[in-house]
Amino acid sequence: MRLSETDSARLAGSPPAPSYLEDGTTLMSWLNTRDHKRVGVMFLVAVIVSFFLGGIFALSLRMKLLQPGPFLMDALGYNRLFTLHGVVMIFLFLIPAIPSAFGNFVLPLMIGARDVAFPRLNLASFYLYLAGAAIAIYGMVHGGADTGWTFYTPYSSTTPTQVLPILLGVFILGFSSIVTGLNFIVTVHTLRAPGLNWMKMPLFVWGIYATSIIQVLATPVLGITVLIVSVERFAGFGMFDPARGGDPVLFQHMFWFYSHPAVYIMVLPAMGVISETVCAFARKNPFGYKAIAMSSIGIAFVGFFTWGHHLFVAGQSTFDAGAFGILSMLVGIFTAIKIFNWVGTMYRGAIAFKTPFAYICGFLYFLVFGGMTGVALATTSLDIHWHDTYFVVAHFHFIMVGASVMAFLAALHYWFPKMFGKTYHEGWGLVAASLIILGFNATFVPQFLLGNYGMPRRYYQYPEHFQALNVASTAGSTLLGFGFVIILIYLAIALRWGQRSEQNPWGSKGFEWMTASPPPTHNFDEIPTITQMPHDYRTHEPPGVIRVT
Amino acid sequence: MSPEAGLPEGILAHHYSSLERQNEAMRLGMWLFLATEILLFAGLFTGYAVYRYQFPLAFAEGSRHLNITAGTLNTIVLITSSFTVALALHFARIDKPRAAAICIVLTLLFALGFLGIKAVEYIEHFQEHALPGKYYAFEEVNIAGAAMFYTMYFLMTGLHGLHVVAGMSVLSWLLWRTLQGRYSSLYSTGLEMGALYWHLVDLVWIFLYPLLYLI
Repeated sequence: MRLSETDSARLAGSPPAPSYLEDGTTLMSWLNTRDHKRVGVMFLVAVIVSFFLGGIFALSLRMKLLQPGPFLMDALGYNRLFTLHGVVMIFLFLIPAIPSAFGNFVLPLMIGARDVAFPRLNLASFYLYLAGAAIAIYGMVHGGADTGWTFYTPYSSTTPTQVLPILLGVFILGFSSIVTGLNFIVTVHTLRAPGLNWMKMPLFVWGIYATSIIQVLATPVLGITVLIVSVERFAGFGMFDPARGGDPVLFQHMFWFYSHPAVYIMVLPAMGVISETVCAFARKNPFGYKAIAMSSIGIAFVGFFTWGHHLFVAGQSTFDAGAFGILSMLVGIFTAIKIFNWVGTMYRGAIAFKTPFAYICGFLYFLVFGGMTGVALATTSLDIHWHDTYFVVAHFHFIMVGASVMAFLAALHYWFPKMFGKTYHEGWGLVAASLIILGFNATFVPQFLLGNYGMPRRYYQYPEHFQALNVASTAGSTLLGFGFVIILIYLAIALRWGQRSEQNPWGSKGFEWMTASPPPTHNFDEIPTITQMPHDYRTHEPPGVIRVT
Repeated sequence: MSPEAGLPEGILAHHYSSLERQNEAMRLGMWLFLATEILLFAGLFTGYAVYRYQFPLAFAEGSRHLNITAGTLNTIVLITSSFTVALALHFARIDKPRAAAICIVLTLLFALGFLGIKAVEYIEHFQEHALPGKYYAFEEVNIAGAAMFYTMYFLMTGLHGLHVVAGMSVLSWLLWRTLQGRYSSLYSTGLEMGALYWHLVDLVWIFLYPLLYLI
């Protein structure tokens, strides 16, 4: 990629255009912004707050599970807490985390656009998120819900707890997600810089594009499903109520038609982040660019036909179970393609072992472990043994926390200088990364064992001989919690007192680094013309002087 | 002369290189949005299919007790309104904003007519206690699954009715914009988007009508 002359002149030190952070510092200039970068930053703050909220719920659950019998809270309180943990982590953190925060910030920069296609809708997406979060949190404060985040009927349509506001919150959050996805698809189609054809697009953009397809096509089905459950609650329509001729399994089909693809909403952007960062820190162009890009689309496509693996023991026919099992395993093939290509990218690269790279390593290990157990769970005969046990919980967390959160942290560290123009403390970064990877293993490896021994999930009490492994898991979760707090502290310090970072501290040849860090409001003085592939480290053209550290 | 010359202020956003690009983006965005609407209704259509398969007799019987005259009339009203909204776009494009505005007003009136007829039907159902789920007490149809037919009927027509109201708000806003003189041969994409949405509202009814009233 070439920089325009004006951009190069500015980077060389002539009077710089004010960065997006300096362009208006009043509260209103943020709340009323149309700038994709500011919307991204606001999303980032919101999802981090949600993450800590969900994390506190999780730690409280682990504290209760130190004891096999009643401890700290009653059974209803426990049920409420795991529901809140699930709802907050999934709908308020994992779904918007990477697309809405980092996607918003870097996607237009990566494709050489001045903004997303619909900037006003983009801001509206943030307010929809806030409104949905506010309604859901209102429900949590006023009694909470005890259904689990899956809202299975007929329990969810009859329990006396506050399911209704949480369902409405989820409905509105769905809109926010749809709007973001729609915006990204249109942006990628219409606002790519001259010369940037589809097969030159950064792999993060491919990841977000695949995610957006799922967001747009799957989320409306969740919308109608929670809408129907809401109507059941206040008007007794009975569409999912067996007492009125309804079919609760139909609810499960409709719910998982969204919620299984939704795990790819959570993990595809994470894979996109890894595809970018692995190149930047191995200083090599992506190995198997096309394979990585197309496997994202493959996962998005196949992801729509796997939902039945959640219904293996719900009265589905043997043929259906087999078909859904095989379709689910196809996801494993696409994922493996990516994993081999990332490792291929590292092979003979000049690896810079910085904090984001530590998370990349964590990600690869967790994704392989979580993915392989996923393939095992897609095997019907094995799933009948593991169904609704901690084995599933551990598998799910290996993918969601292990893979998605590691990628979120890699993205946070990699793009921190891009977003705020500051450098964080590298030493503390590595300390926190080690704590998190260690703590994560200590938390969830025991849960695989517990599940295999038959401990059911979502139970308030458990037999005493499970206690040792539960204590180990809680100890691990404490380490994990410390790790996240350390990150919060050193990043806050970096924001306030951190050193001014260079324009491209990693020497990365990702396209988002072709403009200043932090970028000016309009991103580029002149729309760049793209002449090379992203992460082409063979040439010495800008952006980014190659510095091997 | 570039096509951008002579455009009113504020139509071409700063981040697009040309109006053509912006129109393309708006159209793609709208079609994606329409796809989400179809998937929203798809949940209900799936439910309809499942329960029709489960209770074929009750669905046939329930269908026979709907007011087919009202349903047919509403179908005609909505199809005509789709025609008037298309006409509005046509007039805007040949620089006849007043004729366009009149067509939008006509569309709005048809929409109101649709809601009026639907309200009459709803009142009948309430009087007969032909209501969904736990409120069902319709004496004429008393077979297993009859309540489920009315559950599906109210969910589907109710959600469609909400879409009619949403479409009317969009059309009212477009009427105001048309009277301001925003749409012309230079630019009419905003109106086109609204018309597309209205066609979708119409199209959903085209599927609801045979499913609920005819078969």
